[in-house]
Order: sequence, then C-alpha cells, then structure tokens
Amino acid sequence: MDSGFMHQFVQQLINGVSLGSIYALIALGYTMIYGILKLINFAHGDVYMLGAYIGFFCTSMLKLSFLPSIIVAMVGTALAGMIIERVAYRPMRNAPRIAILITAIGVSFFLENAMILFASPQPRTFPAVFSATVYHFGALVINSQQIVILVSAIVLMIALTYIVNYTKIGKAMRAVSFDADAARLMGINIDFVISMTFALGSALAGAGGVLVGIYYNSIEPLMGMVPGIKAFVAAVLGGIGIIPGAMMGGIILGVVEALVSGFISSTFRDAAAFAILIIILLYKPQGLLGKNVREKV
Amino acid sequence: MNSLRKADLKAFVAAAVIFAVIYGLLQAEVIGAFWELNLVLIGINIILATSLNMINGYTGQFSIGHAGFLAVGAYVGAIMTVKLGFNMAVALIAGTAAAGLLGFLVGLPTLRLNGDYLAIATLGLGEIIRICILNIDYVGGAAGLMGIPRLTSFPLVFWIMVAILFFIKNFKNSAHGRACLAIRENEIAADTMGIDTTKYKVMAFTLGAAFAGTAGVLFSHYFFIAHPASFTFMRSFDILTMVVLGGLGSMTGSVTGAIVLTFISAALADFPQWRMIIYSLTMIILMLYRPQGLFGSKELSMQLFRSLKIGGKKQ
Amino acid sequence: MTRKFKSLAVLAAGLSLALALGGCGGSKSGGGDTVKLGGNLEMTGGSASYGISSKNAIELAIKQINAKGGVNGKKLSLVVADNKSEATEATNAMQKLITQDKVVGVIGPNLSSAVIASTVVSGGAKTADIAPMATNPKVTVDDAGKVKPYNFRACFIDPFQGTVMARFALDTLHVKKAAIMIDNSSDYSKGLAQFFKEQFTKGGGTIVGEEVYLQKDTDFKATLTKLKSAGPDFLYIPGYYQEVGMIVKQAKELGLNVAMAGGDGWDSAKLTEIALPENLNNCYFSSLYSPDDDSALNKEFVAAYEKEYKAKPDVFAALSYDSTLLFAKAMETAKSTDPAKIAAALEKLDGFTGVSGPVKFDKDHNPIKAAVIIELKNGKQTFRTKVNP
Repeated sequence: MDSGFMHQFVQQLINGVSLGSIYALIALGYTMIYGILKLINFAHGDVYMLGAYIGFFCTSMLKLSFLPSIIVAMVGTALAGMIIERVAYRPMRNAPRIAILITAIGVSFFLENAMILFASPQPRTFPAVFSATVYHFGALVINSQQIVILVSAIVLMIALTYIVNYTKIGKAMRAVSFDADAARLMGINIDFVISMTFALGSALAGAGGVLVGIYYNSIEPLMGMVPGIKAFVAAVLGGIGIIPGAMMGGIILGVVEALVSGFISSTFRDAAAFAILIIILLYKPQGLLGKNVREKV
Repeated sequence: MNSLRKADLKAFVAAAVIFAVIYGLLQAEVIGAFWELNLVLIGINIILATSLNMINGYTGQFSIGHAGFLAVGAYVGAIMTVKLGFNMAVALIAGTAAAGLLGFLVGLPTLRLNGDYLAIATLGLGEIIRICILNIDYVGGAAGLMGIPRLTSFPLVFWIMVAILFFIKNFKNSAHGRACLAIRENEIAADTMGIDTTKYKVMAFTLGAAFAGTAGVLFSHYFFIAHPASFTFMRSFDILTMVVLGGLGSMTGSVTGAIVLTFISAALADFPQWRMIIYSLTMIILMLYRPQGLFGSKELSMQLFRSLKIGGKKQ
Repeated sequence: MTRKFKSLAVLAAGLSLALALGGCGGSKSGGGDTVKLGGNLEMTGGSASYGISSKNAIELAIKQINAKGGVNGKKLSLVVADNKSEATEATNAMQKLITQDKVVGVIGPNLSSAVIASTVVSGGAKTADIAPMATNPKVTVDDAGKVKPYNFRACFIDPFQGTVMARFALDTLHVKKAAIMIDNSSDYSKGLAQFFKEQFTKGGGTIVGEEVYLQKDTDFKATLTKLKSAGPDFLYIPGYYQEVGMIVKQAKELGLNVAMAGGDGWDSAKLTEIALPENLNNCYFSSLYSPDDDSALNKEFVAAYEKEYKAKPDVFAALSYDSTLLFAKAMETAKSTDPAKIAAALEKLDGFTGVSGPVKFDKDHNPIKAAVIIELKNGKQTFRTKVNP
C-alpha cells in the first residue's frame, strides 16, 4: 500500500511537471511583456491559440513537417504580437492603466471570436507530425511529447535569460523596463525595443501553442483563455517580470494542481491554484523569486 | 443643503417620469418581452457597474472579481426563496448581506495589496467563489440551482436601482466618500492626513460587494436559474468594461456604460458570430480614442443628465 | 463644456447605432405565407458542433418540405438564436425567438441544462419546444414530476441510457469493477452516471472510483492516475466528445488499458480525431441512431445530407431532422400554425416515422424508442447490438 502511494505520488509529480511546463511556456512571454510595459496582456493566451492554429494550418493544409511548422508559427505569432502592440497598445502608452487593461481584454475577445468566425468553434486535431513514444520506468509512465515540452520550456527560458542579460537588445529591454524616459534620453529607440519584446514573447507563446496542440491533439478558439489566466498566475507566483520565476511558478502551479487532483479532488484543483496565489500575494507580493533577482524585464 | 435636496427631488421626479414612460410602453406592449428582458438586464448591470465603480472608480482599488459577489447574491437569494420559502424581500436582504459580509471578510486581508496584484487576487477570489459553488450539491452544483420563481419585475429592478444610485451619490459626497477619493488620489498622502485608509478601502469594497449581491438576487429571480457558468471572470470583465467605458469614477458614466453595452449586446443578438467581434472592436476603439471613458471622472450635470437619460432610455 | 459635448456626441452616436441595429432586429414580423420555426441552438461555445449539426439538418428538412409545397400551403423558414452552449443564454435566446421573432415552435437546445432553464420561457409563452438531444428526465417534467405541457424531446432519457450500458457491461463484457469519470458541468453526464451506478451495483458490480472533471479541461492525467491505482476493469465516461477524446487518449498513454464506454455524447467524428484511432479499441457507446441504419427513409436522408454538407449526419443532425418533421406533421394534423394547437397535436401524434425510427410520445412527452450500442474498432463505428426498452 505504501509503495502504491509513493508510486502514485511520483507519477503525479511527473504529470504535474509536464502540465506546469505548459504554463511556463506561456508565462515566459507574459512575464517579459509585463516586465517592460507593466501591462497584463490578457491577449497573450490568445496569441498562444493563434500559434496553435498557424501550426495546424501548416501541418494539415501545407503538409509541412514539425520543425518548419513551429518556425512558421513562431514567425506568425511574432508578427501578430507586433501588430497588436502597434495598433492597440502603443497609442495607449500614456493612458490610464485600467484603460490599457480593457484594451487588452478587447483584443483577447477579438482574437477569440475572429477565430471562431474564420475557423469555426469546432475543435481541430493535428495530423500525426511527431508521434508520442511512451516510456515505462517500472510502473511509471512518461511520453516523449511531455519531455519535448519540458525541454523546450527550459531551453527557451535559458535562451531568454541569455538574450535579456547579454545581448544589446536585452540590455535595451532592461533599460526601458527600469526607466523608459531615461532610456529614451540615452538614445534607445523605445518603440523598437517594445516591439521586439512583443515579438519575442508572442513567438514563445506561438511555439507553446503548437507543442500543446500536438500534445493534447485538440485545439479550439477558446483554448487560450484558461491557460492564459493560469500562466499569469504562474508568472505572479514566481515574481512577475523575472524569467526563471515564470518557469518556477509554472512548474509549482502544475504540480499543485496534479497533487490536488490526485489526492484531494479534481474539483478543487483550480480553487487550490488560486488560493496559493492569494497566499503568496499576501505574504510575498513580489513573488517567490522577487527579492533575489532585482533585474526585471 | 437646501439646494442639494432640491436637486435630489428633481432627480427623483426625473426618475419617476422615466419609469412612467417605460412602464407605460411595457404595459401597452410597445416594448416586447425580449426588450423588457434587456431593460431588466440594463437595470441589473447599472447596479453592478455603479457598485464596482465605488471600488475601482472612487477608491482607486483595482478589483476584477465582481462576478463572485454577484454569484453569492444570486445563490443566497435563491436559497431563501426556493429552499427556505421566504419572500423576495428576505431574499434581497439576505443576498445583499451575504455578499457584503463576504466582501468584508475577503477585503480585509487582500486590500493590503495594490495595483495589479490586487487585480489578480480579486480575479482569483471570484473564481474560488465560483468553484466552491460548483461543488456544493445543495445548490445544484455545476447544473445550477433551478426552479427559481420569477419574482423580479421591471418596477422592482428600477426602484432598487434608483435607491442604490441615490445611496452611492450621497456616499460620494459624504465624509466617507471624500476619504475614499483621497485614497484614490494618493494613498500615502491620505494616510498622513489621518485617514484610516484600510477602513475606508474595506468600507467601499464591502458596500460594492453588497450591491453586487443585490444585483445577484434580482438576476437569479429573473432568469429562473442560478448557474455557475454565468459568473465566470468573463462576467467580471463585462462589468469592468462598463465602468471603464463610461469613465472610471463617474457614476453617470457607469450608468451610461451599462446601458450602452447591454444595448449593443442585445441589438446584435441576430448576428451571433459577429456579435462578440463588434463588441470587442467597440471596446478597443473607444479605449483608443477615449481612454478616460466617455465621461472621464466627471459627472453629467443634472440638466444634461436628465435630457440624456430620457432621450437614451426611451428607445 | 466642449468636453462634455464631445462625450455626449460619442454617447449619442453609440446609442443611435445600437438603436438602429436594435430596430433592425425588432422590425421583423411574421409574413403571410411563411411559418417561422425557431432554432435555439449551440452556435458558439463548447458544444457548438451539436448546434451546427442541428442547424444543417433543420435547414435541409425545411428545404425538402418547402420543395414539396410546404406545410398547409405555407413555406417554412428557420430563425436561429445562439445560446452559446449556456443555460442563461438559452433562456435569453428562447425569449427572443418567441417574442421577437414570433416563431410557432422551437427546436433545441441540445444540452439538457440549457433546455431545463429555457422551458420556463417556452412553457410560459405556450409555445411548443422539441429538444432533439436533451436526455435528462427533467427536460419534460418539472421537479414535482408533472409533465410540462409544451416541452417534448426526440431522444430517449438518461436512466435508459445509463441502465443499458450497465447491463451491457455486466452481461456482455463481463466486467466487475467500474470507474466513472463525470463531467461535473453537465446534468446529462451526472444523470447517466447515476443510473449506470445504480444498475451496475444492483447487478453485482462494484464502483471502485468516481472522479469529476469540467468542460474545457485538457489535462486529465492526474485524475486518471488516481483512478488507475484503484484497479478498475471498466471505465465509464458519460461526457461529450471533446473531453472524452482527450481522456481516452491520456488514459491509454498512462497504460489504463480497460474497456471504456459512454453515452451518445461520444457520437462525433471528432472523437476519433482527438483520441487517435489506435486508442479507440474496446470502446463502446450507447446511442439512438446510426447512419448505417438501413431504413429507406434514413438512406435517403444520409444521401441528401452528404450531398449538401459533404459529411455523414451524426445523431444530432438526425434527431434535429426528425424534430423538424415532427413539427411539420403536427402542423398538418392541427391544420393550424397556432403554437398551442401545434403542441396539442404533438401530444396526440401517432404513426410518425423519422430517420431514427418511429416516434410516439408517452405521457411524459418522451418518445418510446430503442437504443443501439456502437462499438469502436480502431476508431471506426460499428453497430454492435440493439436494446429495446
């Protein structure tokens, strides 16, 4: 009985980490955009959905294989992110925060419903572009897609950290995040930097969309709504604006959800996720990694 | 003081006239049942928007979990009438009190947070409330609480709405209201001036939640059902949009926002696929061109207000 | 002052736009020689595929009826209102169809919870409503068990479906330990689960685990891991295809290789796409209709539907088609388009045969018809057996 419990516990941890890495993929972009604009980009979850649809279009209509599809999806969502920023957010840069938030909600509704109109609300399924190999370790089960998602999230996190810390554009991003006016005075093209941030963040969401679409084998226009909110929770949990924080927050959230579903009841899964968020906010509003890492983008 | 009362009297007369006109049209069946339903919805949305405006507009606290309090009111009210057999008055009082109490309990710890953190915390609370309801079999769980009698009528909604508007207007002009405005303008400065910021923040939050509860009772007793899917964060966003559209901090703005958005949504009912697209574009475009909302934080003057309201609601 | 005027102008523009649009919506009135049927359907939201199937089938039926000269010399037309797969919106849509569009009868919704909420409106307005696929008992009877005079359905009810599957599992599959996954957001799912459970335990089986999920959930591995550790030899998932597809796929990935079964919510080509064909073996579902049924009426319907929409009709399409024919038949026997008379005619209807078989309403307005068990072999639906009531 005891070993049965341990076995289930470990399996739940695996489930949780794989779910959490999906949240982390979306949370990375969320946290970047928040870091630079202090904007809760509610449309981010829908950019993720857009990525999934572009990937679906590439694989099923254009018959592309996995790698080109994911690249096209990343480019597509990067462009979409830049357009959204240019059209909806840039004119609002000096507007009250809440007005920008409403705009973001508006953009989110727009993307969801435009997709319903053009692609129908029916769920779509990916053709088998890369099939899942299931690995058994004793009675534990993990499949290759879960590993791919987790590895992608880690690689992207490291790449992002590198870009933000060591490249020129990354330095510019940090400067804009720290003090936009001062950055402008130093000759940094703020519009360009913000545009790039959106491109990068949205591309990550796009990649996430394709991976998740393949993993669950089902995409639909509203698929970004709940993961979007959860990813934001993950970003706040880890300390919003902090890249490793998004990763950590995502994984913690995923594990908590899996453990609650497995050992208490799946009905309280979401409530537990939000409750943890509120507790963290009350005792450490800057997030788990908030204090240690001061640089924010 | 005297002039204030005169203005109140005028506003009351105006409200009575509006009521008489709409009620007359309803009785004469010029306005059909579909638009009657939407008039009721407008009334409920006005209560929701103005109550959220107390929190977000007057006190400057960023709350986006209003649907949770709406849900509490809807369910508690329905329990009173369906399960315990009380009348509507008891339901209204119980729903209002329950939502207010919850607002107080929730507000006390969370209002320490500010800005986006408070926003996300209230969003989470709204969802927690909904999920808890989902898991209570006594109120029907995910299937919703059914068999609620239709005890809400247009006159009831209208006069409760007027009473709440009157209360909120007076609240804003009272010492408490001024304290709330001071918190919005600068919390630290308000604190230094000797204002008990926590007290006033919690007060505004509790009152806002209580009125949302009232709206909830009216809501569930009009639509026969209290269903958890009606109280998701999408509903909270809807209410927030009404407030911001009208102008954060403007009561008349919230009223207008509620009317306009409910109208647009109803008018587009014939084009289901386009409805949400047009709705969302309206939101984006209005924010782009008028980020402070239709009225900013200003109120319409009584004179303008009256001519506008008569013109706007008569259809 | 100028600012005030500006804002007023914006407001006025907004209001007049809304009014103009509202006016458009309101000005429609019933024409002399067309009779309007309403479709309170799931055009958007989680169950949109049902609504779309229904709409297609109703339009096809109306087209065919009109080509034959209509009903009582009048042409039929369809007004669709979107209920967004939600109970409160369904009430709203019902209100709009009946009072705004003045339809003589309503088809839909398909979701039990949506029908139950909206029957108050249709009943209050004395307008007949046929729910093609709402299987919860409370669709046609109220809490006190009294039949709702204006509400009908074209399908059988939950108790029957849950009972049928429990008997099939015990007698044919010889399983003893069942686990259940319930869609907690749906009455339908809860109803099926409840009656399955009763029948299964009565027949000597045990329920080893019971878990719930919500519509739109995507990750079920945690719950499935929990169920797997209880060691079931049968998994009953009375949900809708979108989640069921993911549950089946993830269950197989976790190595939960037991027989799985569900209700008619499984009946969609999407199920195979989502779950992948290789995972859909040893899977069964109860349903009312199979497009492979070889009655002449059904063959004709399937051919016409395929020609029009390039797809096989599913059970939602078939029953919505039948619902439309039921209305036409009722109007013919009543020789009237008065909503109350149509309802009365439906109640007494006799000798009607639709594509899903003969329909006659019992005292609770439920049609008496047989259930089929369909087996999935590599994702392909094959007819397994027929169970009579």
